[in-house]
Amino acid sequence: MESNKNFVVGIFDDEDILLHAVEHTREKGLKIHEVYSPFPVHGLDDALGYKRSRLPIAAFMFGLTGTSLALLMQIWMLGYDWPMIIGGKNHASLPPFIPVTFEMTVLLAAFGMVGTFFIASDMKPYKWPRQFDLRSTDDKHVMAVDLAANKMSKEEISALLKAQGASEVNEKNF
Amino acid sequence: MQVTSSIREPLITGGKTVRDVSEDISRQVEGKPTQLWWIAMGISLTLLGFGFYCLCTLLWEGVGVWGLNKTVGWAWDITNFVWWVGIGHAGTLISAILLLFRQKWRMSINRAAEAMTIFAVICAATFPFAHMGRLWLGFYWVFPLPNTWGSLWANFNSPLLWDVFAISTYFSVSLVFWYMGLIPDFAVIRDRAVRQGHQLRANIYNFLSFGWDGAARTWSRYESVALILAGLSTPLVLSVHTIVSMDFATSVVPGWHATIFPPYFVAGAIFSGFAMVLTLLIITRKVFKLEDYITIYHIELMNIVIIITGSIVGIAYITEFFIAWYGQVPAEQYAFFNRMQGPYWWAYWSMMTCNVISPQLFWFKKIRTNIVATFVLSIIVNIGMWFERFVIIVTSIHRDYVPSSWSMFHPTIYDMGEYIFTFGLFFSAFLLFAKFFPVINMAEVKSIIKSSSEVKQKH
Repeated sequence: MESNKNFVVGIFDDEDILLHAVEHTREKGLKIHEVYSPFPVHGLDDALGYKRSRLPIAAFMFGLTGTSLALLMQIWMLGYDWPMIIGGKNHASLPPFIPVTFEMTVLLAAFGMVGTFFIASDMKPYKWPRQFDLRSTDDKHVMAVDLAANKMSKEEISALLKAQGASEVNEKNF
Repeated sequence: MQVTSSIREPLITGGKTVRDVSEDISRQVEGKPTQLWWIAMGISLTLLGFGFYCLCTLLWEGVGVWGLNKTVGWAWDITNFVWWVGIGHAGTLISAILLLFRQKWRMSINRAAEAMTIFAVICAATFPFAHMGRLWLGFYWVFPLPNTWGSLWANFNSPLLWDVFAISTYFSVSLVFWYMGLIPDFAVIRDRAVRQGHQLRANIYNFLSFGWDGAARTWSRYESVALILAGLSTPLVLSVHTIVSMDFATSVVPGWHATIFPPYFVAGAIFSGFAMVLTLLIITRKVFKLEDYITIYHIELMNIVIIITGSIVGIAYITEFFIAWYGQVPAEQYAFFNRMQGPYWWAYWSMMTCNVISPQLFWFKKIRTNIVATFVLSIIVNIGMWFERFVIIVTSIHRDYVPSSWSMFHPTIYDMGEYIFTFGLFFSAFLLFAKFFPVINMAEVKSIIKSSSEVKQKH
């Protein structure tokens, strides 16, 4: 984790005020480090200029892996490794293999995507996140601005955030 | 900004603010368990203990301690299995299908309903395992593992094997879905613990929350994970009871061999699941004082789902009879005649009364908005759904092709003990969940406070 970083932290009480504040301050050239919210605020990722997550693509690829593995497993086991006649049916016929194939697709897609999410977001059980304000999981929206990344001074940023409806502006050093 | 029509009923009442949500839901996690909780836990553990004794006896003596005989080889075990799996379906329906349909009323009930799903599926899984007798060999029988009896793999043509994959996938995906929902709420409890100075609790809940930070980027990814998981769970939940019904439908037993089974079983599953959700939530909202979050309106909406699915189930019963008559197969006709008028007529008519007639009472607004009536009817529906499975399973096989082998099924104390075991397991698990985990999804409820609560609509 980076050390000696100085942040200006704006606290917002309402998600709509926050959303407008994010839009307006970015128009004025402010670079926002990150916004922390107690619940998902719709449109915030667009306002912050984040690209859409590519996790659905990961899920699709994992699902495809599940489909292929399940089909290969069943066809190899019952068709080649130990062919048996069961109920007079073909050794490797597709219809009875569909249920297991479907379940394996879902299983791998779900676990693969969630695993990717944890890795992409760098989440692990023993890690403490960097917290700008403990109230960000309760009822406040917290906008963190990195001083080093902005040309504006501390006072200018504070004034800008206050003008955009922040209920309080604090400083936080890591 | 979300806009909700002002003529819609508020989903959250009592003038709750975002702060109140954290406070009301975290309170029971942070406080000491109440006396009522200890009493309920004591009863559940007693049931669990007695059931465990019966289960151990079964494993020691063999499946012979059950009342099964040569003719009725499947009875309470599979009845209870299907019953529990069915109950689980409501949780996934609420959390996944209602999410895809953007139904906001799911938000206060999805957490508890999903927990119910997970515990119900665990209960269900105990029955096939117990019925294996030598369950330590079970893994070789149900999973395609290399073994020392030659390269003899599991039979992928068998619906029983499909069931193994369906139930295990359903359980693990539901668990992941439920846990993903819990992560931001664990972080709420963690940060409250830091502020209250409980370092140990903060560490435990931080561990559980995977170090959740609530950043906009994380929320954005989180939302797309939730959406995809809902999209995966929706066909999954439909596939699970479809495959369970194929355990019967792919056989050649009159009364089981029916193409109507998959949709009929899925509707029945949702029907019984909603009844169990109501039973649990009516108690939970009272005990934890959550009347402002789980309102009469929520209860009414769930009762409407019960009318719809109950009516689908009723139509399915009638269709089965029509097809038995119309199909002109004597064995099939006898199977259905025997259901209605044979020695198990009482099970059939209990099923009809509980499942088809009693839920129609919910057409009356007075009844579907009455908590006592809903509670009683929800239990009646679950009794009816148990009888449905019993009727389908036991009455279809107890009079088979050779009249000299006709028989009746008499449950022993061990049949009942196994059923009691799952009740003990289910309620102990649910009580632990209700005490240590937030029973309502705080993050989702907070997101609708502005658009769908009473406060907003007064403006």
